[in-house]
Amino acid sequence: MKKITLPLSPTEIERLHAGDAVLLSGKIYTARDCAHKRIFALLDEGNPLPFPLENAVIYYAGPCPAPEGKVCGSCGPTTSARMNSFAPRLLDLGLGGMIGKGEMSAETVDALKRNKKVYFAAIGGAGATYGNAVKRMKCVAFPDLLSEAVYEMEVENFPLVVAIDSFGKSVYERN
Amino acid sequence: MRVVNTRQISDCIYRLALKAGRTLTNSCRAALENAAQQETGAAGFALSALLENADCAARENMPICQDTGMAVIMLEIGQGVYLEGAPLAQAVDDGVRRAYADGYFRKSICDPLTRKNTGDNTPAHLHTEIVEGDKISVSFLPKGFGSENMSALKMLTPAEGEEGIVSFISETVKKAGSRPCPPVYVGVGIGGSFDGCALLAKKALLREVGSRNPRADVAKLEERALREINSLNIGAQGFGGKVTALGVSCEVAPTHIAGLPVAVNIQCHCIRCEKEVL
Repeated sequence: MKKITLPLSPTEIERLHAGDAVLLSGKIYTARDCAHKRIFALLDEGNPLPFPLENAVIYYAGPCPAPEGKVCGSCGPTTSARMNSFAPRLLDLGLGGMIGKGEMSAETVDALKRNKKVYFAAIGGAGATYGNAVKRMKCVAFPDLLSEAVYEMEVENFPLVVAIDSFGKSVYERN
Repeated sequence: MRVVNTRQISDCIYRLALKAGRTLTNSCRAALENAAQQETGAAGFALSALLENADCAARENMPICQDTGMAVIMLEIGQGVYLEGAPLAQAVDDGVRRAYADGYFRKSICDPLTRKNTGDNTPAHLHTEIVEGDKISVSFLPKGFGSENMSALKMLTPAEGEEGIVSFISETVKKAGSRPCPPVYVGVGIGGSFDGCALLAKKALLREVGSRNPRADVAKLEERALREINSLNIGAQGFGGKVTALGVSCEVAPTHIAGLPVAVNIQCHCIRCEKEVL
């Protein structure tokens, strides 16, 4: 299986096609519904964000607490469609891509194509596998949101499928 | 009369919750293995990853999925039982609270408006039913919301009949697409009232995958709905394929002459349901 490491160069992005299975390593940031709302509030007020957006990859996930002796608890993806109202603006501001599960809207597909970025599908339900692949983790914003806070994670060999590629082709469209 | 202290119920829920969060039911595991043999490409990759994940969760003593769910608990209490000790709902919540803390499970319950997390995954969603005898059956279903969100209820007209029921089930799964973590398990309630119908659908999810309703006409309807769903080509994780649902379970109850309520409760492929009789 193809191994890729973040950040991805434009050439590496071009070589990824919808349906490809990959093992991804590197730095990612978790954010789901509540964190996105707060990030948008910061953007609207002109305040700095908890992490640099340029080329950052967001993982739509909220982990279980880490058991003793482990870096991270179970940590699979959440449904990406709930983030459709946030993704296009973040991509236009420089976001490097997203990891989640399930289809995303036509607006998000357009934004991925426009910005030449990729949306990866993690395997929904494989929480233990993803949790074990997290090698370092720290909360960088909104700790009061518990599992919904923003965590910076260093991950190794995340098994993913290229769901929507930088050409706008989607693994969910089969007609 | 048999005296049962609610502490026993609390401890039972603690045991069931810890086990459920980390284990697929045997019938779910078998259905996933069967699906993995039928699929190739991205769907095959996803199904193998899920089986590996279940092994990983067992080995590492971790939750299978990070969405350890809303704690749905159904108690069938024999009317010969006298409950003593802490109030029942309090004892149930106590069991949930302890299990979600000790198991390092995610706390996913929040206020619907402020979105403030309750911090301990309580309150549990508790259903009680008084039945004959002096036993208590406890069912624990941790319900993830990726799939719960895709559920639907429709008040059909009697004229729409079986045809209408099957197409509503199939449409609901189609609309859900890749979002609820397919291959899904579909619980269907048919009949009763608006609220009763939804509860029937949830109860249908307590059945083993692949089981059939004892009523022959209902069993036939289950098979027909499953065939329709599996022709949708949604497949595991929405990557396309033959297995969009692992099973369809229907529960029926008498309804009003003017109505035909149908509720479709979607469960993801991560079926975690534990039961015990006290």
